[in-house]
Amino acid sequence: MSEILAKYGFLIVPIIKVAILVFVVLTLDAYLTWLERKVIAHIQARWGPHRVGPHGLLQPLADGIKFILKEDPMPVGVDKKAYFFAPFLTLMLALTSLSVIPFGPDITIFGYTTNFGIADVNISLLVLFAITALGVYGIALAGWGSNNKYSLLGGLRSSAQMISYELALTLSVVGVLLIAGDFSLKHIVEKQAGVLGLLSWNIIGFSKDHGSFTQIIGCICFFIAAIAETNRVPFDLPEAESELVAGFHTEYASMKFAMFFIGEYTSMIAVSSLFTILFFGGWLSPFPNSWTLTHYLPSIILVPLGLWVFYDGTRYETILGRIILPGAGAVFTALGIALFLFPSVNELIQGPFWFFGKVGAVLFFYIWMRGTLPRFRYDQLMDFGWKFLLPVSIANVVLTSAVIMWRMK
Amino acid sequence: MISGVLVIFFVLAALAVLGAVSLILQSHPIHSALSLILVMVSLAGLYLLMGAEFIAAVQIIVYGGAVMVLFIFVIMLLNAGVEERTNFSKLATFGGIPLALALGGIIAAAIARSSGHLPPPAASGAMSSTRELSRLLFSEFVYPFELTSFLILVAILGAIVLAQREN
Repeated sequence: MSEILAKYGFLIVPIIKVAILVFVVLTLDAYLTWLERKVIAHIQARWGPHRVGPHGLLQPLADGIKFILKEDPMPVGVDKKAYFFAPFLTLMLALTSLSVIPFGPDITIFGYTTNFGIADVNISLLVLFAITALGVYGIALAGWGSNNKYSLLGGLRSSAQMISYELALTLSVVGVLLIAGDFSLKHIVEKQAGVLGLLSWNIIGFSKDHGSFTQIIGCICFFIAAIAETNRVPFDLPEAESELVAGFHTEYASMKFAMFFIGEYTSMIAVSSLFTILFFGGWLSPFPNSWTLTHYLPSIILVPLGLWVFYDGTRYETILGRIILPGAGAVFTALGIALFLFPSVNELIQGPFWFFGKVGAVLFFYIWMRGTLPRFRYDQLMDFGWKFLLPVSIANVVLTSAVIMWRMK
Repeated sequence: MISGVLVIFFVLAALAVLGAVSLILQSHPIHSALSLILVMVSLAGLYLLMGAEFIAAVQIIVYGGAVMVLFIFVIMLLNAGVEERTNFSKLATFGGIPLALALGGIIAAAIARSSGHLPPPAASGAMSSTRELSRLLFSEFVYPFELTSFLILVAILGAIVLAQREN
C-alpha cells in the first residue's frame, strides 16, 4: 500500500482530493442557498423554505431535480458559441479557483504526508487572481450572446464593474504581501502564527519580531472589492432585478442557469476562503498555542448541538422530521464524543475546523448584507470604486511599506 | 524521447497557433477577441512551462484579464457586427504574401540552424523567484522601469485630456 502511494501518490492523491473537494463544495453550495433563503426569510420575518423535508432541509435536492427536469429553451438569434460556452466557463473557473486554496496545515494519513488542498503552488495568490480575472468573460459573454438588451446591459455593467474593482482588490492585498514577503497562501498563513493567537493575525498585526502592521484598512477594502467582484448585494448590478429582469442570465434556464448559480456560490466560497487566509489567519486557532483545552472546542460545540437537534426533532410536526432530525442529532453527538475519545483525529481536524468556521462566518456576513443593504446605483458604484476604494488601498500600501521600513531599522 | 513536458508544450503551442489563426479568420469581432484570449492564456502556459511562474500569472492577469476585458467591453458597447468580407487588395497579394513567406522562412532557417544547441528556455533560479525579479527591476533595470512608468503616466494623462475635451 505505502509502496504504491510512494510511487504513484503524485497522481492518485490529487485525483482523490479533486473528487472530494468537488463533492464537498457542490454540497456546500446547495446548502448555502438553503441557508441564504432561511436567513433572509428570518431577517424579513418570514419562514423561508419549510415544506420540503424538515425545516426545508431537502429544498436544495428539490431544486436540483427541478433544474434537471425543466425545459431549456434557446432564444432566437443567439450567438450559439458564446451562449453555450459562457455557463461552462463560469462554473469551470469558479471551481478551478479553489484548487490553490490551502484548507489546513499539511496532514499525514497512513504515513503519507500531503498538503491540505489540491495544489501547493508558490504563487498561489497570483494564480487565484489570474483565475478570477478571467471570470468576467463568463458573464460578459452570456450577456452579449443572449441577443437580449437586458442581458447585454448586464454583461456590460459586469465588465465595467470588474475592471474597476479588480484594481482595488489586488492593491488591498499588497500590504499582506509586504508583511509575508511571499505569494504563497500557505506561507501567508504560517507567517500569522504567533504565541498570542489572534493578535498576530494580519487584521491586528501585533507581533514583536518582524515587520508587521495592522491591515484593517486593507481588510475592509478587500471585502468591499470582493463583494463587487462576486456580483453580490449591494453590488449585484449585473443582475439587478428591478431594472434588468435578471441581467446577464435572463435568457438562461434549467441546467445552464444552475451553472451560473453554482458558479456564483462557489466563487463566494473561494473569496471567503481567501479573505480568511489573508486577514484572519487561515486555519490558525484564535487562542494561544498553550491553551490546549481549546482543542476540545469542536466536541463542546457538536455535543450540545446534537442533543438539541435530537430533542427538537422529537417534537417536529411531520413523521419524516421526527425520524431525520433525531437521527442527525444522534450523529452529531456521536461525532462530538468520538472526537473527544480519539485525540489524534481531534488534532487532525483542528485546522479545517477553524478554517471552515471562519469561512462560514464570512459567508453568513455575505448573506446578512444581502438581507440588510439596498442596491447601489450604477454611477455611485463607479464613483465609489475609483474615487474612494482605489486611493484608500494605495494609501494603505504606502502606509504599510513606510511602517515596515521604519520597524526594520 | 517524449516527456510529459514536451507533450504539454506541443498542446499549448498548437493552441496558441490555432488561436492566432482563428483570430484572423473569424468574421465577428467578439470571436476574434476570444481567440486572442486563447492565445494569451496558452502563452501564459508556455511561460509556466519555462519556470517563469510570475510572468505567467501576470500575463493572464494583465493581458488575459484587464486588457482583453477592455477590448470585449468596447466591442460590446459599440455593438460591432459581423464584418464584411473583402477580396484581397493588390497590396496584400503582391506585398503581403511574399513578405509573410520571407518572415516564415527566416524564422524557420534560424530554428533549423540553431537546433541541437538551443539555449535552455529559462534562466530559472534567477528569474523564477519574484523577489529576485523585483530586485533586478529596482537595481539593474531601474531606468528602463522608471521610463516605462513615465510612458504609462503620459498615456493616462493623454487619455484624460482626450476624454475631457468633449465637455
